Amino acid sequence: MRPFDYRRADDIDGAVAMLALNPSAAFLGGGTNLVDHLRLGVTAPDLLVDVTRLGLDRIEPLADGGVRVGGTVRNSDLAADRLVRERYPVLAQALLSGASGQLRNLATTGGNLLQRTRCVYFQDVTTPCGKREPGSGCSALRGYQRYHAILGASSACIATHPSDMAVAMAALDAVVRVRGRDGERAVPLTDFHRLPGDEPQRDTVLQHGELITAVDLPPLPEGMRSRYRKVRDRASYAFALVSVAAVLDVRDGTVADVRIALGGVAHKPWRASVAERELRGAPATADSFRRAADAELAAAEPVEGNAFKVPLVRGTLVAVLRELSEETAR
Amino acid sequence: MTTTEQRLTPRAMGVPLDRLDGPAKVTGTARYAFEHPQTQPLYLHPVQATVAAGRITAIETGAAEAVPGVLAVLTHLNAPRLADTSDGELAILQSGGVAFRGQIIGGVVATSPETARHAASLVRTAYDEQPHDVVLRAGHEGLYAPDSVNGGYDTDQVQGDVEAALASADVTVDQTYTTPTLHNNPMEPHSTIAVWDDGQLTLYDSTQGVHMVRKSVAPLFGLDPEQVRVISPHVGGGFGSKGNAHAHVVLAAMAARQLPGRPVKLALTRQQMFFLAGYRTPTLQRVRLGADRDGRFSAISVEAISQTARIKEFTEQTAVAARMMYAAPNRRTTHRVTRLDVPVPSWMRAPGECPGMFAAEVAMDELAEACGLDPVELRVRNEPETDPETGHPFSSRNLVACLREGARRIGWERRDPTPGARRENGALVGLGVSASVYPVFRMPGSAARVRAEAGGRYTVSIGAADLGTGTWTALTQIAADALEVPVEHVDLRIGDTALPPATVAGGSSGITCWGSAIVHAARELRGQHGRSPAEGAEAVGETGDNPDTERYAMYAFGAQFAEVRVDADTGEVRAPRLVGVFAAGRIINPKTARSQLLGGMTMGLSMALYEQSHVDPSIGQVANHDFAEYHIATNADIGSLDVSWLDEDDPHVNAMGSKGIGEIGIVGTAAAVANAAYNATGVRIRDLPVTLDAFLS
Repeated sequence: MRPFDYRRADDIDGAVAMLALNPSAAFLGGGTNLVDHLRLGVTAPDLLVDVTRLGLDRIEPLADGGVRVGGTVRNSDLAADRLVRERYPVLAQALLSGASGQLRNLATTGGNLLQRTRCVYFQDVTTPCGKREPGSGCSALRGYQRYHAILGASSACIATHPSDMAVAMAALDAVVRVRGRDGERAVPLTDFHRLPGDEPQRDTVLQHGELITAVDLPPLPEGMRSRYRKVRDRASYAFALVSVAAVLDVRDGTVADVRIALGGVAHKPWRASVAERELRGAPATADSFRRAADAELAAAEPVEGNAFKVPLVRGTLVAVLRELSEETAR
Repeated sequence: MTTTEQRLTPRAMGVPLDRLDGPAKVTGTARYAFEHPQTQPLYLHPVQATVAAGRITAIETGAAEAVPGVLAVLTHLNAPRLADTSDGELAILQSGGVAFRGQIIGGVVATSPETARHAASLVRTAYDEQPHDVVLRAGHEGLYAPDSVNGGYDTDQVQGDVEAALASADVTVDQTYTTPTLHNNPMEPHSTIAVWDDGQLTLYDSTQGVHMVRKSVAPLFGLDPEQVRVISPHVGGGFGSKGNAHAHVVLAAMAARQLPGRPVKLALTRQQMFFLAGYRTPTLQRVRLGADRDGRFSAISVEAISQTARIKEFTEQTAVAARMMYAAPNRRTTHRVTRLDVPVPSWMRAPGECPGMFAAEVAMDELAEACGLDPVELRVRNEPETDPETGHPFSSRNLVACLREGARRIGWERRDPTPGARRENGALVGLGVSASVYPVFRMPGSAARVRAEAGGRYTVSIGAADLGTGTWTALTQIAADALEVPVEHVDLRIGDTALPPATVAGGSSGITCWGSAIVHAARELRGQHGRSPAEGAEAVGETGDNPDTERYAMYAFGAQFAEVRVDADTGEVRAPRLVGVFAAGRIINPKTARSQLLGGMTMGLSMALYEQSHVDPSIGQVANHDFAEYHIATNADIGSLDVSWLDEDDPHVNAMGSKGIGEIGIVGTAAAVANAAYNATGVRIRDLPVTLDAFLS
């Protein structure tokens, strides 16, 4: 790895200022992704600014019944938090399905949102990758595609976002709070990550030097049940082939409300708003669930190596909705 | 006529002794290759080719050399000329030619591993790139018949008239089965410390055979074997990939020669191991079986193809198990291989038997169904009286007993022969079976020395290897019984070319070869010096020939059973229950043996469901070259693993009565899983690994 400087920031403004002064600096949270990239040569910042001592490691209830999660709360702490387990089981389940215990002990909330794709070509600096080197093309278009996107991809990039946590947060309508030199702004999580378009090097809407200070989770209405289902090739320590985060409320056999996000299918956590529209007001039956899944998947553009994801999303989504409806029917 | 080898009376043998090296390992004091303390060590990082075929036209090392802490940058332009370039894998940096992507084209030596790695990334190379071909396929124009296949087996064997027998058979199976490229991936990476001092080369190497490394490396540098010492007391797994020296050992020795007196340390990264440490070739096997209505074979035909590298020939002996496994009057087995622009394939746990028995034992399942027979019964009906290949009797063969016991343990009577009939908790559930086999190898070339010490103690020396397998403990037990003393009176020394020579820890042959040498040395000592030898009395023994090898067919057998569950919604496939029953002669140490068989079956499960090196034809390399993407079974993937063995008394194999257990555990597991998946779902999988895609509609 290229030599770099390391500094620990003492406060948020100081951290933001250090990055503002150095276009080649990066924030260091848990380091579970960044340190790999330093070793592999995927990235080579001049300066790492450690942001783990900024007091952003708290989980607090909000007045509206929601929860605020600090940017450097560790994944394992968030998964174990009582408020989160009671109010947002989908989030705790998603966190615990990700990585390994050791990695979750280090990985932070902000860092998890910012983790980069696990596309094998992105990680191998000897192969072309437009996300790593803008304009160099996409090796995955003719290569290994098992973990790649079926929705919202472009000819410049078919990578997927690897986070489980972010998929659950997308279904929960979470809001990302960001501090930059010009103050604070709030970005809905569903707008936080980008589709690749012709700028696959940009994963999110963050500008250089902006720091994730917190993620706000709005309250879930009474009666809504949530669940995360991750489908993968082995039972642990694997990225999702497909995952489904769903929140559902069924009343009198009818879908009163529903929110669905999909993982492993796109460059961002994919909010399945087409399926949601199909479902609201529809009978909570297997037929409705299948129709909704098919409606969402009408836009799918799989490649040869991931065509299986279309039936896999359908099967997984229908199963999750079926299980939730059995749980929530009243 | 020579008589059967005199057998040892078991006293220590058969006892589940704790690993003698256990305390050193759990306290972190057992030294692995990279950990031997050195004064002022230097670190070496390889530079690798980024094209799969072509020639280097320019290589720019100035930026790397300018990095503070860099002492040397080796390339083909300045590397030492090797005295022997006959091994294309080892003859690195002798020209600008590139035979596969990831090949070593240079190396950077620096005062820290980080500096060496960084500087290596600054070496710039220009190539005259040529089109590459990295994909093995049926009908490949480069396929040829090698002179022999790995292990020295015949390339082809024909008995009787297979075509006629198939044409007249009541029932036939004719299918093609494939196994993917697989990488051994031992936990400990391939590591070497090389020190060149006063014309003497010392290598602390992670290897399955110190004497094999010496034999490979010495001639490259024009050294006598005595000028090379290789030390390797503890090895963190090898699975065949450390059976012979690979190119990185040569690079380390080259660097050490450039910097005499300075220890040079090299540990391959996990990613580099996918290019430089050997792997299992992909295989394609056309299997044809012919049988009468009762399932009795008339014909067996296996045509296997595999790949090798441009720079070295290695042909997997994929079809050899089909020559001896079941009775059939007409048999044909062939091997063809093609040279591709790929890294050099080599041994991976049970080369030959492992991929070969996957294909053959899935074909058996297909035949059983076609005959309307229980798969266990089909195997029993085709049990041969004598070895079909040689006509010799088996020294012992207890396959049928293993099948019966395994069937009892897994609850085979509950298996519904109708596929897709059993459903539990949203999963399709099935059971499958496969036979296992592995030969008893006895290679010449090992010797042991036994020395009497004060107080009735004995030092036993042999350059053997312990890959985590239990050699330290098992050889001590054998030595104790051979000397008729308690194990506490034996001090074993292994893993050093300063000790008497030992053959490679491969082919499940270690205990047979090394143990026999120890037995002979102990008997020699007793013969010359009696029960109470003077301190310092010594004797040497060799493995020697076993006349029974010419009179008997010697194999270990086993039966593997699997329960597979396939999620009805997602197709996710898991194997929560495996049963393995083996008949492998005397088990020297039941504790370490159980671990070996557990490990073999775990690796077999991993092969069945997870492992696959995806070759990207456009870039010309394995794309998923790390542990995030190359999936090996995790703890969560293993449910119940039931390992047992039959008490088998084989008077012919060797003085210990042991057959070897390092490899048989992986043989057949994948077939049992694939057969269980078929029973669960009705979907026949002939291409490994078995993944959820196959079960989605």
